[in-house]
Amino acid sequence: MTMQATLLHRDSAPAADDLDRAWAVAQRRRVWRRRLMPLFGGATLLALWWALVAVFHVRPFIAPSPEVVAITIYQKFGMLMANLQPTAIEAVSGFLIGNAVAIAIATLFVHRKTLEEAFLPIVVLINSIPVVAKAPILVLLMGNGLAPKVAIAAIVCFFPTLVNMVRGLEAVSPQAMELMHVLSASKREVFFKLRLPTSLPFLFSALKIATSTATVGAIVGEWIGSQEGIGALIIQATYNFDSALLYATVLVGSCFSVAFFMVIRLAERLVIRWQPGASP
Amino acid sequence: MSAAPPVAGLQDLGADSGIPALDCRDVTVRFRSERRAVTALEGVSLRLAAGDFVTLLGPSGCGKSTLLRVFADIVRPTTGQVSVLGHPPAVARQRREIGFVFQDACLLPWRNVIDNARLPLEVGRRRGAPTAASPEELLALVGLAGWEKALPHELSGGMRQRVSIARALLGGPKILLMDEPFGALDEITRDRMNEELLRIWRETGTTILFVTHSIYEAAFLGQKVLVLAARPGRVRELVTVDLAEPRRLAMRETPEFAALAAHLRAALETC
Repeated sequence: MTMQATLLHRDSAPAADDLDRAWAVAQRRRVWRRRLMPLFGGATLLALWWALVAVFHVRPFIAPSPEVVAITIYQKFGMLMANLQPTAIEAVSGFLIGNAVAIAIATLFVHRKTLEEAFLPIVVLINSIPVVAKAPILVLLMGNGLAPKVAIAAIVCFFPTLVNMVRGLEAVSPQAMELMHVLSASKREVFFKLRLPTSLPFLFSALKIATSTATVGAIVGEWIGSQEGIGALIIQATYNFDSALLYATVLVGSCFSVAFFMVIRLAERLVIRWQPGASP
Repeated sequence: MSAAPPVAGLQDLGADSGIPALDCRDVTVRFRSERRAVTALEGVSLRLAAGDFVTLLGPSGCGKSTLLRVFADIVRPTTGQVSVLGHPPAVARQRREIGFVFQDACLLPWRNVIDNARLPLEVGRRRGAPTAASPEELLALVGLAGWEKALPHELSGGMRQRVSIARALLGGPKILLMDEPFGALDEITRDRMNEELLRIWRETGTTILFVTHSIYEAAFLGQKVLVLAARPGRVRELVTVDLAEPRRLAMRETPEFAALAAHLRAALETC
């Protein structure tokens, strides 16, 4: 009897192990699939681009072939990086300033309802104007130099963050407010213990949007009368019909924007750990 | 018949020894909503002695939750007098003499279990004050020892509600106000929570006012059941429950319990 039980146990234990192992293998395959398929998609599109340019004999000043763009990036890497630097500085400083001011004003709005009622609708209205339309207006207002570009980047990411942050600070459940009231919490305690943590997911989704709007703001700021930067390079390359340089510049700008986004997403993952299945 | 005959007023609710834990007279609460004025409570009088466990039973819209919120100083009555341990509700609230348990556990999702239970120590004028029982001890009391570091989303609904009970008990409040705390739980969990709550009541001696719309829960938990009528919310009947102590879930199968439940149902239907 005991023998039989032991035998049965021995039989079933490896079976369970096999199941676990099979699941682990399948899981690993799924993970790699998710990583590799976008690479495959990208490679297909690159090949299509290359084929279209080759088959239709597109002239180089209209659209370059991918390998020409790659060669340009390689040959002019130093120059591209030298131009990325001011743009990156403008975008990051604008991002920091614009978001800091937005968070401060959102805090003020939540504690002074009159100000929110007077100004938030206008902020929402301005927020609905696309960045590419807002930026040239700001260029005319602010003129040339590094500071105006920082200001433009700051202003374009200010509005979405303000709108989202106000929404986040007010997304507190009525019951949580009642709880804080029963505990006789002060306004400051309600803000730091309840409102601020509640707003963080809203803030981070705004910050992720702000990475690209700040970059766009800095680039568009450089379009008019600038001598350096990704924006200036885009304008120069366009006027010189240097399509390979134009594509290379756009690619460098996009890579910066994506890297900026990834940094904020990493910060989000480190800060917000309490949401099950938080947005990837 | 185990239920007491209906009483006109409620002045005789609770023993007349010393200051009542909860006392209200002719409390009326009116809200003005967009469309019309709503009378949530009309002329409600109620008195609970220290150590009582009273359940408030009524259909939705009878102002049960509003009455709890009047005692907790969340809602101010339009007319009428309210006192908590002989003081205005605001004083009792600032002295932390009231613990409130909400319908959903209302935990802060970014805080783990122990930090949620500890919240009352971190806010308000009494923050940092020593407490009779530590958060750890209270978590053990509600049966959550070993779960201190878990986050709310890792817990079941019943466990979350246990955390919120531990939080409400921190600082040793003399009164516990509970607003349908087990309403969202499945029946099996709810039964277990009911037994646990009775145990906690016996061990802590806290006065409990418990809102429910379940006849069985009201009869099983309460020493007395206060039946409220809806629109406007007013007192229908006060029923004294004469079940043996300590209560056991199996008592719900007895004829006495069935008669009590039938009586409460009848009182609700005439609302």
